[in-house]
Amino acid sequence: MADNQKMWGELGMNLELHDQLCAVLPGAVGDVFMSQENRPEKMDFFDMVLADVHGIRPAELIEFKKNGGKVFGTFCAYVPDEVIFAAGGIATGLCAGSQFWVPGGERYLPANTCPLIKAMLGARFDRTCPFYRTADMYIGENTCDGKKKAYEILGTDVPLHIMDLPQMKRDVDREKWAYEIKELIKVVEKETGNKVTEENLAQWIKNVNAKRTALKRLYDLRKSAKAPISGTDTLLVSQIAYYDDPQRFTQMTNILCDELEQRVADGVDVAPGAKRILVSGTPMAIPNWKMHNIIETSGGVVVCEETCTGTRYFENNVDESGKTMDEMIQNIANRYMGINCACFTPNEGRFDDVIRLAKEYNVDGVIDIHLKFCQTYDIEGYTLAQRLEQAGIKMLSIETDYTDNDASQIKTRVEAFIETLE
Amino acid sequence: MKYIGIDIGSTASKVCILRDGEKPVFEVIPTGWNSKITAGNIRNDIEARFGGLDDAMVVATGYGRISVEYANKVITEISCHGKGGYEMIGRDCSIIDIGGQDTKFINVTKGKAVDFLMNDKCAAGTGKFIEVMANRLGLTIDEIFDLARTGIAIPISSLCTVFAESEVVNYMGEGRAKEDLAAGVIESVASKVYNLVQRKSLQDTVIITGGLSNNEYFAEQLSEKLGQTVIPMEDGRFAGAYGAALFARDIK
Repeated sequence: MADNQKMWGELGMNLELHDQLCAVLPGAVGDVFMSQENRPEKMDFFDMVLADVHGIRPAELIEFKKNGGKVFGTFCAYVPDEVIFAAGGIATGLCAGSQFWVPGGERYLPANTCPLIKAMLGARFDRTCPFYRTADMYIGENTCDGKKKAYEILGTDVPLHIMDLPQMKRDVDREKWAYEIKELIKVVEKETGNKVTEENLAQWIKNVNAKRTALKRLYDLRKSAKAPISGTDTLLVSQIAYYDDPQRFTQMTNILCDELEQRVADGVDVAPGAKRILVSGTPMAIPNWKMHNIIETSGGVVVCEETCTGTRYFENNVDESGKTMDEMIQNIANRYMGINCACFTPNEGRFDDVIRLAKEYNVDGVIDIHLKFCQTYDIEGYTLAQRLEQAGIKMLSIETDYTDNDASQIKTRVEAFIETLE
Repeated sequence: MKYIGIDIGSTASKVCILRDGEKPVFEVIPTGWNSKITAGNIRNDIEARFGGLDDAMVVATGYGRISVEYANKVITEISCHGKGGYEMIGRDCSIIDIGGQDTKFINVTKGKAVDFLMNDKCAAGTGKFIEVMANRLGLTIDEIFDLARTGIAIPISSLCTVFAESEVVNYMGEGRAKEDLAAGVIESVASKVYNLVQRKSLQDTVIITGGLSNNEYFAEQLSEKLGQTVIPMEDGRFAGAYGAALFARDIK
């Protein structure tokens, strides 16, 4: 802990404020994670990462930087880690999932901005997150209007490159995304001083594919009629995927999956009698476990997430058959353009995904959750409800933020929804 | 055997006692500031008047349901209002429940709540809104309804109780007639309920439960908005407690 304090001080963090953040974490972890029964033993790695969330990984990143390495902070599942690592850099997710950062963001942003975006600015300007401090450069992306405009303010305090994400999915848009990836390559090459070679890129396509494959394996195990792992635990794994070392993460996730395979064979069920729930909607950045905690203490078990901290992050791999630089870049572009985010139009693919996942995971109902003031997902809720009704699948819609003041009202709604599934 | 349903609402707590071969008995007391104390008072009252709980099954519902430590089971007010409302009207129906802190819409099919909506933005369109506005106008809840009948509604547009209160204060400053303001307040609640309900399809029968359930004027206003007869229910405020007692009878 003393080493951490020294490191945080050297990062120019606001130590007094950061201590307040650190003080609430152990209680939250105890309430949400340790209170669960029959957890997989191999969650111990992920518990450890969480327990020292601002210590272990930032220390690794600082060590990497001491040897001349460059760290890139990212915010979105569309930004391809492959090219950053292929340039010898490290990509790390910048999370923004805590209410602690929201008031800081409100100094810069209108109150009716989504909490994720407010927390993003609060974490940077309050100087209370070592990841935000460590990153040499941020890679933003034009997804929703809120993020797009907030990046303009964020960019006044840190070097920031914006990728211009298309909002439709025609051939011209996939080509455009390939162009944006080429631009990103130039940026990371300049920042790191390293060339992205064909050999390196091919290798990192394989490495990141392996990481996605490990997550897919984890999710496939949740299709078992008896849940071998809770949704809350899986959400933590998905959140850590954004910022841990990719190869270590792949290894540790596969070790967890080995245990879960044995659990499935042994018929272990972490939530006997619980209703199987698919969560769809907006990302749940660490430490946002609010809805999973409510659902799993109200007679439900979350068996899949159609979110950026779920299937949108790992479904579909990059085609590994590309030989030339151009082929590889286009294959990367095609993979990422396959993600179905509500910032695109039309976005039928997302509705198809939710219905497909509801069937694949044999769920009893869908809970569509969006962050307050997230207009794109809020509006899509209307069509999603219609599509699910046509498919004969029940849906509950929840709008919420990072605070706890609506928790008991939401709990009533979730409990009532689960009662209607009886 | 006794089957007891206890509905701890945000404003009032309702109790239903079912005994084989007898009509249900309904009681209501203010919830006060502490649901645990209220739950204890209800227990003492039941024990004094109907004997101990040894031969009883208790189901608790309402926002304070977890405070009823002696309950055999806890069920949400959505399911309880669905079941109680269905028993009261005797057929499948849509239920509009105007509660103290929220408004619920419930579709009941084959006697069971299958679909619901709750207002999630704020207290506008709830009993709390009427309470705040009645206070502002120096009226009781009954008086604001009586006065509203005689007025011509002034549109109140704010979506939020706090802003709506400012709006009403502005109108008061302009010296508008009290009855027109009262009519505006009730009209605004009916509009909010309509906005909530229009996202779902209504059943042929629509009833009101909760605190405004036996208010004929409100039912008329709502019928007008929905273009369909909305039936006020004499004991509708007890629908949740009644449903809970019926669930208690189902406990094996």
